[in-house]
Amino acid sequence: MASGSTASAAHHDHNYLNHEKGLWSWLTTLDHKRIGILYFITVALFFLVGGIFALLIRTELFSSGQTIMTADDYTRSMTYHGAIMVFFVIIPGIPAFLGNFFLPMQIGAKDVAFPRLNLLSWYCLIGGAAVALTSLAFGGADTGWTFYTPYSISMKPAVIWMVMGAFIAGFSSILTGLNFVVTTHKLRAPGMTMNRIPLFVWALYSTAIIQVLATPVLAITLLLLAAENIFGIGFFDPALGGDPVLFQHFFWFYSHPAVYIMILPAFGVISELITAFSRKTIFGYTAIAYSSLAIAAVSFFVWGHHMFVSGQSEWAGVVFSFLTMLVGVPTAIKLFNWMATLYKGSINLSAPMLYALGFMFLFTIGGVTGIFLATIATDVHFHDTYFVVAHFHYVMVGGTLMAIMGGIFYWFPKMFGKLVNDTVARWSFFFIFMGFNVTFFPQFVLGSMGMPRRYFDYLPEYEYLNQLSTIGAYMIGIGFVIGGWAVIQGLLNGKPSGPNPWGAKTLEWTTASPPPHENFIQQPIVTAGPYEYR
Amino acid sequence: MGHGTGQESTHEHHIIPFATYLKVFISLLVLTVITVAAARVDFGALNAVVAFAIASVKAGLVLAIFMHLKYDDKLNRVIIGSSVFFLIILWIFCILDIFTRVGQSSTL
Amino acid sequence: MSTAKTGSGYHHAHHYDSAEHEYVSSKQGVWLFLCTEILMFGGLFVGYAIFHHIYPEIFKVGSKFTDWRLGAANTVVLLGSSFTMALGIYYSQKKEQSKAVAMLAITILCGAIFMGIKYIEYSHKIHLGLLPGSWYTADPASLVKYVGDMEIPSNLPMYFSFYYMMTGIHGIHVLVGMGLIAWVMIRAMKGEFGPHYYTPVEGVGLFWHLVDLVWIYLFPLLYLVS
Repeated sequence: MASGSTASAAHHDHNYLNHEKGLWSWLTTLDHKRIGILYFITVALFFLVGGIFALLIRTELFSSGQTIMTADDYTRSMTYHGAIMVFFVIIPGIPAFLGNFFLPMQIGAKDVAFPRLNLLSWYCLIGGAAVALTSLAFGGADTGWTFYTPYSISMKPAVIWMVMGAFIAGFSSILTGLNFVVTTHKLRAPGMTMNRIPLFVWALYSTAIIQVLATPVLAITLLLLAAENIFGIGFFDPALGGDPVLFQHFFWFYSHPAVYIMILPAFGVISELITAFSRKTIFGYTAIAYSSLAIAAVSFFVWGHHMFVSGQSEWAGVVFSFLTMLVGVPTAIKLFNWMATLYKGSINLSAPMLYALGFMFLFTIGGVTGIFLATIATDVHFHDTYFVVAHFHYVMVGGTLMAIMGGIFYWFPKMFGKLVNDTVARWSFFFIFMGFNVTFFPQFVLGSMGMPRRYFDYLPEYEYLNQLSTIGAYMIGIGFVIGGWAVIQGLLNGKPSGPNPWGAKTLEWTTASPPPHENFIQQPIVTAGPYEYR
Repeated sequence: MGHGTGQESTHEHHIIPFATYLKVFISLLVLTVITVAAARVDFGALNAVVAFAIASVKAGLVLAIFMHLKYDDKLNRVIIGSSVFFLIILWIFCILDIFTRVGQSSTL
Repeated sequence: MSTAKTGSGYHHAHHYDSAEHEYVSSKQGVWLFLCTEILMFGGLFVGYAIFHHIYPEIFKVGSKFTDWRLGAANTVVLLGSSFTMALGIYYSQKKEQSKAVAMLAITILCGAIFMGIKYIEYSHKIHLGLLPGSWYTADPASLVKYVGDMEIPSNLPMYFSFYYMMTGIHGIHVLVGMGLIAWVMIRAMKGEFGPHYYTPVEGVGLFWHLVDLVWIYLFPLLYLVS
């Protein structure tokens, strides 16, 4: 697509990994690629911790009654699983790791607009995590990741630490978003017009807008929640004349758009994968690009669908229900365009493509069940049951995590200049995909049978499906262990990949693998669109 | 190298004359007097609206002249406008709920 | 990070084409940051709007304990500081270094006066026990001379929750702003700014004006609401 710099033998031995040496050079780096790798390591570690909590939860639920832990420990495990996975894995997962690494490369820039803020954002995440985990020393928070009032304002120091940790981590998200917006606006290579930027960049750009506009409201909400705990300010405390539902409004004004902070970048990754592995121009570039922006905009109008049974007024419920249905439109546009891209493509079923196809299957289920939950009449039945748990895991795990895994295996050769063993990577897909369905499909059934979420125990008649679900969870665990092994094996013994093992067309593949310090030896000049396959 | 966004022009920045700054400052002081005076008149239910409207005129002056938005990149106006827009969204939906909740007999 | 030299003597970061390119990009970054500030304060204002609707009486009674003269004085001080801040940028643009430094110094001084008046107001309220939420300890008998025959609503502490949250977060921004202005003032003294490079002054100025903007709304909402 571009007459840019290609890998030259003279520069082959000089890249961002060996540009500077030593741990200190990593901890003070301003290179977006190195910061991306720092995020990779961090997110992977938090994913391990959050995953262990998930397995603890599923093990406890293997049989009715107490299995391995007390009810209090169960509630804490559930809280830490949710909070860690949301704030420290899925939200930074794609933008701050893959996005940091590839957004500047895909638009032909040398770095993000504000490299120092980029590094600061990583320290905010680490600092936030440290503060949040300090809560464990105070007995651990047990409010669930949503910190609903009035339970969360009962003067528990653990909750205050947890909330302040999320507050600090929020700055990480804001700084990443701010950086991406300015980078996309101002640092594009010559010829890289807005209708030539890759769809991954469009998705990150839409995400960045949400990060900048929604996160500050979470910041003030969490600050007020902490003040409520310390000073009893009374905004959310019914005993002092406050309104606990107002907390939910403020919380979901951020946290619903945050769902799109989690899923929009995944859409971007999938767009890249589908077109690269079908060897075909993406179908409906403009529709996919603008549907990202549309989702970002609509995401701010729908938060009340989390609150249908909270005591919110019925008028508000009806309005939110209607608006929520609208989200289905741009989302479906994306899926149909990916299907049309696959049609008559030369499909290569390497591991990244398997993850992309897995994404399309699982996300569709997650999305369609979302419509059930957006409908007030059915939501009254499904609310706070395992149906909801299954729905959002189909979106967050079946969607975002599948995209992260696909993205890692797709871009691994570019990041490290080595190939991953595709067979091992495919086995990881097999276990994750099968295990995922075994875990969460029964939860749709459990939910429609009325099993409430977040409970430590359940009625004996739910046991069979819960056991199935727990077995599936261990299959997912095995799948991620295999995936991690594929990555480590690739790092240690991977064969040299060359600059472009997949024959992909976006700009990052035109430079050496691993990329040199400032990405391109010569400034690329862009003369065509991003996916000129045929 | 030269990026595609047309930002490499080396034109001098627009410098707002001293007299304009002074006029705006004096206008802001006058509007502060009006704010205090308006608070002494009872407009009934419109009290808060009047106070808010005067404050918004002051804010507009600060944004346009002190913050140079009048002569700035159009995109920066869009950015600041979008933050105000989404703030209004937050406000509208919260009051939609709370104003219609009072006194309703819920069937849930 | 590596830098490139331009004709004006300023070194712009290497991933930008020119100092101008860096200037417009940085300014856009500052505006995006101001967006986050607006939405953060905005959350408090939305809370204010809602509770003002539900409990108008606590705001009516609560504002009796604020002195509009002190609030108005602070408004004038902050507007003046915005004016001198704008002039600080103006003189930096014109390369009139000593005038720019003087304007920035006056701006910091105004910030200090603002915080001084704030201190007087806070200590007066703390003395009466008018603290936020559950820390409220005021003796109703000592309040009579402020409210006259108005009844003191039972959830009056909520007014002070708003008062301290809003003015407190705003006050923290004033202190941060003073620190930032001191930083650019020191750089201005070293002669780092001129017509070709004054990005930090402009950015800090935008932040300071936003702090002023928030106060423009806080003043009528907290002091003149009766």
